[in-house]
This record gives sequence, C-alpha cells and structure tokens, in this order.
Amino acid sequence: MRLKLVPDQTSIDFFRHVRVTFGASAVAMVLSIVAFAIMGLNFGIDFRGGTSIRTEATQPVDIAAYRDAMNPLNFGDVAITEVFDPAFGPDRNVAMIRIQAQEGTESVTPAQLDAVLAALHEVDPTLSFAAVESVGPKVSGELVRSAIIAVTLALAAVLFYIWLRFEWQFSVGAVAALVHDVVLTIGLFAVLQIRFDLAIIAAILTIVGYSLNDTVVVFDRVRENLIKYKKRPLKEVLNISINETLSRTVMTSVTTLLALISLFVLGGDVIRGFVFAMIWGVIVGTYSSIFVGAAMMLRLGVKRDWSKNAADKAGAQFGVKEG
Amino acid sequence: MLQIPVWKRILIWGVCALGILFSMPNLFYDRVERHNDALAAVEAGTVTAQEVADEIALWPSFLPSALVNLGLDLRGGAHLLAEVRVSDVYADRIDGMWPDVRDALRDERATVGNVRRMPSEPGELRVQVSNADAVGRAAEVVRQLAQPTQTVTGFGTARDLDVRVDGAEIVVTLSDAERQATDERTMRQSLEIIRRRVDEAGTREPTIQRQGADRILIQVPGIGSAAELKELIGTTARLTFHPVIGTTSDGDQVPEPRQLIHPSMDEPGRYYILEQQPVVTGDQLVDAQPAFDQNNRPAVNFRFNPAGGRAFGQYTAANIGNPFAIVLDGEVISAPVIQAHISGGSGIITGRFTVDETTQLAVLLRSGALPAEMDFLEERTVGPELGQDSIDAGRIAAMVAFAAVLLFMLLTYGSFGVIANIALLLNVSMIFALLSAIGATLTLPGIAGIVLTIGMAVDATVLIFERIREEMRSAKGPARAIQLGYEKALSAILDANITTLITALILFAMGSGPVRGFAVTLGLGIITSVFTALFVTRLMVVIYFERARPKTLLA
Repeated sequence: MRLKLVPDQTSIDFFRHVRVTFGASAVAMVLSIVAFAIMGLNFGIDFRGGTSIRTEATQPVDIAAYRDAMNPLNFGDVAITEVFDPAFGPDRNVAMIRIQAQEGTESVTPAQLDAVLAALHEVDPTLSFAAVESVGPKVSGELVRSAIIAVTLALAAVLFYIWLRFEWQFSVGAVAALVHDVVLTIGLFAVLQIRFDLAIIAAILTIVGYSLNDTVVVFDRVRENLIKYKKRPLKEVLNISINETLSRTVMTSVTTLLALISLFVLGGDVIRGFVFAMIWGVIVGTYSSIFVGAAMMLRLGVKRDWSKNAADKAGAQFGVKEG
Repeated sequence: MLQIPVWKRILIWGVCALGILFSMPNLFYDRVERHNDALAAVEAGTVTAQEVADEIALWPSFLPSALVNLGLDLRGGAHLLAEVRVSDVYADRIDGMWPDVRDALRDERATVGNVRRMPSEPGELRVQVSNADAVGRAAEVVRQLAQPTQTVTGFGTARDLDVRVDGAEIVVTLSDAERQATDERTMRQSLEIIRRRVDEAGTREPTIQRQGADRILIQVPGIGSAAELKELIGTTARLTFHPVIGTTSDGDQVPEPRQLIHPSMDEPGRYYILEQQPVVTGDQLVDAQPAFDQNNRPAVNFRFNPAGGRAFGQYTAANIGNPFAIVLDGEVISAPVIQAHISGGSGIITGRFTVDETTQLAVLLRSGALPAEMDFLEERTVGPELGQDSIDAGRIAAMVAFAAVLLFMLLTYGSFGVIANIALLLNVSMIFALLSAIGATLTLPGIAGIVLTIGMAVDATVLIFERIREEMRSAKGPARAIQLGYEKALSAILDANITTLITALILFAMGSGPVRGFAVTLGLGIITSVFTALFVTRLMVVIYFERARPKTLLA
C-alpha cells in the first residue's frame, strides 16, 4: 500500500478565486500591521535591554507573592510569568522574571541579583535561578539594528539572486511572498504577545529561506513551462506548473511540519516560541508561494518570448553532462 | 546512460564512510569526552598516562575523537560581553609624562622660569611657566620628548604627543595615532590577562574573543554564574608602591594636587596621604608566590623585573627611615618604614591575610592588573540542569522527528523511500561529522536547525523522485526517467538551496551566539543535503536499477 497525499494528476484552478485569496492576504497584512502598531511586540530583553531570570522551585509559583517580595527592591517595571511544560511534573515550578534595564548600569550587577534571590527566598526557600540573562541598553540597541539589517539584507540578496536567475517579475513575486510571510509572522507575534527575541529573528530568516525554497521550486517549473507551452495563456501555464509541483510541495511541507511539530511538543519550553514561529512560517510560506508569489506574477505578466539563448539559460544552466 | 564510473562510486561511498566515522564519537559523547580530557591532562603534564589509563582506554586512540562542542545553553555556563574603558589608559599615560616634562623644563629654567602643573581634564597635562613670553620655547622643549608611536607591528611614523599652547600654559595630550596604538595595546593586554585568569581557574574550553574595537566576549562553560566569572576576571589587583607624605583620620579630606588619600586595610579610620606618582607598580612584577613571613603569618613574596628592581632599589637607598605604602586596589595594605637599601628587586607583602587570601592575591599579582576597567554590557548564565534538560528534550524531539519522517517517506515512496531514508541518515551523520571537524558549537537553536534540515533535506530527494515519477508517466522507460528526473530537478534544487544558503550566510555574518549556531547547522545541512540528494541517492537508485531492473518506478 502506498500513501498518496496528492493524486497523480491534478488540475486545480488556483486562480479561480484570485481576488479572494489576494484580497485575504492583503487584509491579513494590513491587520498584522495594525496589530503591530497598536499592540506592539512583546520584545524580549535582547531588544529592549534588561534582565530575565528563570527560576525553578519545588513549591508552586505564587506570582503575587513574588511580586510583593520584589517590590521593595525598586527595580521599576517587573514582569513575572509562570512557565508551563508537560515535562515539568508537580515539583518543578518554573517562572520567568523580567526586570527593566536599571539606570546607570549596563548589565545586571551581582549585588542586584543577590538582592532578588534573597527577596524570593523569603517567599520560597527552595527557589533557585536556572538561568539569568541580562542585556544592557547599549547592546540591545545594536541587536535591534543588526536584526533589521540582517532581514533587509537577506531580502535584498534574494531579490538580486532571483532576478539574476529568472526575470524581474519572478523576483518581485518572490519578494512579495517573503514580505507577506514576514509581516504575517510579526502580526501573529503581536496578536499572541509571544516573546520576540533574537531567536525569533533567526526563525524569521529561516521562514524567508523556506518560503523562498518553495517559491523557487514553483517558479523553476513556471520557467520551464513557459518555454514548453509558448502559446498558452500565462494563467494556464502557472496553473499547470503549480499542479505539477503540488505533490512535491505537499510532501516537503508535511515532512518539515512533522519534524517541527515533534520539536514543538517535545523540544522543551525554551525553544517553543522559536519553533512556533517556524511552523507558522512553513504554513504561510507554502500558501504564499502559490497565492501571493505566483498570483503577483499573473498580475505583472511575464515576458513570453524566450529566445534560444534564454531557453538554454532556463533549462540547462546547471545541467550536468551525463558521466 | 546510467553508468557511474567505479572511481566515482568509491569516492561517494568514501565520503559517506568518512561522515559516519567522524560523527561516531558523538554517539558516545561521555566516553569520548573523558578520553579527550584525560589525554589533555597528560599533555599538560598534570597527570601521567598510567594514572589515567582507564580513562584513556574508554575510546580507542585510532578512531577520530573530535566532538561537537556543546553551547552554553546546552552545557550550562556563563557568557559575558565586556567593554574596556580604553580611554582610562590615556590619563595614566599622560600623568606618567609629568616628571619627564618637569625635568625637561627645569633644564630650561633660565628662559621659561618656574614650572607648575595646573588642574586639568583627565588625559591632559597642563603646565604653566612663569615666564609667559617663553611659552613657545617651552612647548618646543616638551615636543622634543615625543617619541615615535609604538604599534604592534613596530614603530609608526607619527609622534605620540600633541603639544599646544593655551595662553601661558602648554597642554600635552596623546596624539590620535598614539591613542589608537594605546587602545590596541590595552585590548591585547586585557585579553591576555583575562585569558590567564580564566585558565588559572581551570575551566574547560573557555572562549575569549575580541569583538569590535573595544569589546571582549568571554564564554566559560561549566562555571556557576556570570557573577562568579565577573569576580574572576574583574578583580583588578592593581599593586603600587607610593612614598608616604603623612596620615590623617579624615577620609573626606581633599588631597593636594598630585597627592592621593587611601584608607588603610587593617586599621579602620586611618588614612594615608601618598604621592600620586608610584615608585613602582605591579606591572613590573615578574613573580608572586604565597609564603609566610618570619612570624609565620601568611604573606606574599614578589620579585620585580630589572627596571622595577632598579627603581625600587634606588628609592629605598635614598629614603632609609621613611615609610612607603604598599597599595592594593586603592587600599594601603601596609606602610613599613624602609630599614635598608633593598637590592635584588624582591620583597614581601605582609598584612592581615589568610592563607587563601595570599594564594588568591599571588594569582592576581602574577597575572597582572587589567590595564583599564571594564563595563559589562551583556551577561547570560545557564544552569547545568537546564542545559541537560534542553539536550534531553532536543534529543527526544530529534528522534521522534526522524522516525516520523522516515516512516512517512517509506509509506510514500516504498523502496525509493528506503533509499531516501538511508540518504537522510547519511546526511545527518555528515552534518555531525562536519560540526565536529570544524569544532563548531551546537546550540539549542542549532538542534532546531538540524531538525529543520531533516525536514528540508528530504525536499531535494522529493524533488527528484517526483520528477522521476512524472517522467515515468510520459512513458520513456525507467532508465530514461531516472536520468531525466535528476537532470531536470537539478536547477530547482540548486536555486532553492542557494537562496537558503544565502540567508544562512547572512544569519552567520550578522548573528551572534545561538543564532550563529543555528546558521552553521542550517548552512552545513544545506550543503550535505544537496550532496546526498544529487550523488548518494543517485548512486543508490542506479544500483537498485542495475540489480532489480524494474519495469516501472514510483508508480
């Protein structure tokens, strides 16, 4: 028995509802931007500076008591959240304490940490610090800058590469798909208020990579079919290409999701946000290569007169002679 | 058409075999690590090979023993990013110039008159000459004191001092070239001192790196907390010897210009008034050892280098009967009266020390003072338990992910699925082999990168198999379908992977710490997955085809 997620031959018309899908993507992007503008991102200390402490104790976490204990220390804005994970069991109670960056010091001083530990020991003597991270305002500013540069640079490099290998309309389509994915991811993080830190930037760049991977595979087939079906309308060629690659698109998305979901469930709470971003990215990335990337090309139209020279470029630039 | 020459087959299998061989030590992480530690200890001469024979025998020496480094988030440890206040050093340098400037101007007393140092900004030397008309001449004299800047590579062409005239005063500052050269020296010295202190603490594989112009990144696995690490490297242990001018009980008293007031370490409420310019400093120490004095109290023996010894000898010879102060980090340890000319450049520091304190002090004195203070910009501590939890969780997740993908591929592609799965296993072992070989660090996001690679590595293979399946439908026969499948999938595979590789490279270049670890595993994963998809699966498909001669493929 062979598993088949997609029938051998499909002829789905992906652009029948192009207005609806395109519109939906546009609305989702606008909503993401609005959510980002209104709610903002729940920036981790990487980007806003400050200290985050992961505490572990055998007694249950009492957030109010923790807060009361820390109030006399006058650290300003203190956020305390409990962390849940199915693997913890009843005598492992984990909390995250986030303290804003303190006036006059870059990273946290040992004296400040000792004060926090002493105060919390009053509440729960079994409590210990499993991890402490502290980022001074100087570094966090630089991290924000380099994160923005990294994402922009990645998008620019990709735009350039696709333009080099394909036509500019492909390039615009691919980048539209990428921007769509990045904006929706940021929107989701704003709506759910999941902590947004450096690792999430890595996740976003991976989403960029993955979504691109998907888009390029579809585009590669479009390029091939544009030569093969010179007379057919563009919409038909795009549909044929997407249908031909559909089986592969689904296979790859499913295997990647299988791997990511097992990491999400079993990989521990430390990287859960990171994996969540990637799962979301795989889903929107797969969607966007068809409904944003290809749809964009349909709008823009594409050069149909592939000369002999261009055919060589398209079909066999990387072709290896059999040996 | 599907011929693959024997040498190519051998090469492909050879690469796979190397991948397995070099990734294998990671399966026996504990054993190999103990083996490596034992060998390192023998090398360092702390133990003999016989003493640790059991440990060495844990892993055969003829096998590769390079392991993937575990990052701080997996092993536990501390990470610090420090910024060195390089400009602190300018002030010390300029203050050190004063005696020379004074002496040079005194030789010209006939023209410039009396010389007086004026209060100034730190890093600046303001000198007033009583004969204001001769201030130009004075500046000229001082200018002659300037030396060519000393850079790391030798002597530069620039001079180290800038001298300008401001009214009746001359102002001496370090030149820009000299500032740069000084910064460079300060950074090198700081790095070296931090390295020595961390090494003395005997931790495993610390990372001590310079970042940018004035920053130092310090990562020490296995250390309890960043606070501990700060204590280890942050203690300045700046030892100086000053002439004593007097004592006072008022610690808030404002010192005269060119003087210092420091508290006594032993006697609360007693303060020493000292000359600011030290006779000798701890930089000139060549050795310091814990010892006991004649009354059997813990003490520290020290020895100066020749220059320091000479200065110390001359000073003691000229000042017999006067007290001089031994100052450590702004506290006077003791202020003995000089009994005799101390030649030979060695001496002893006594005070109210415990044996532990003298041992610690000796270490700090030996490794020298940090040339400038540091600000800590970023710190991260991960407890060892949390690290172990992350490893365990990551390992289970990776195994489940693996099993799910293997099963899924098998169900979808049948015998071709077996081929894809073998390729996937080889792919992961090659990632680990490469990570071990280049000494890369595996972080938690790095594990995520590997898991993602498991999912994505399948993509290249899937592209090929789907293409073969399509080509089969156009009824060209299996051999032709295989050939066309590989040929036509190639451009998609390369374009898709090159674009992902671009993002991995950008991540690597821009990222730091864990993000970089992620970029490394992602990038290596792309390279190995392209290799296994294009060469390994092809070889296996061809072998399968030669043996089974199937009439149809992937139906």
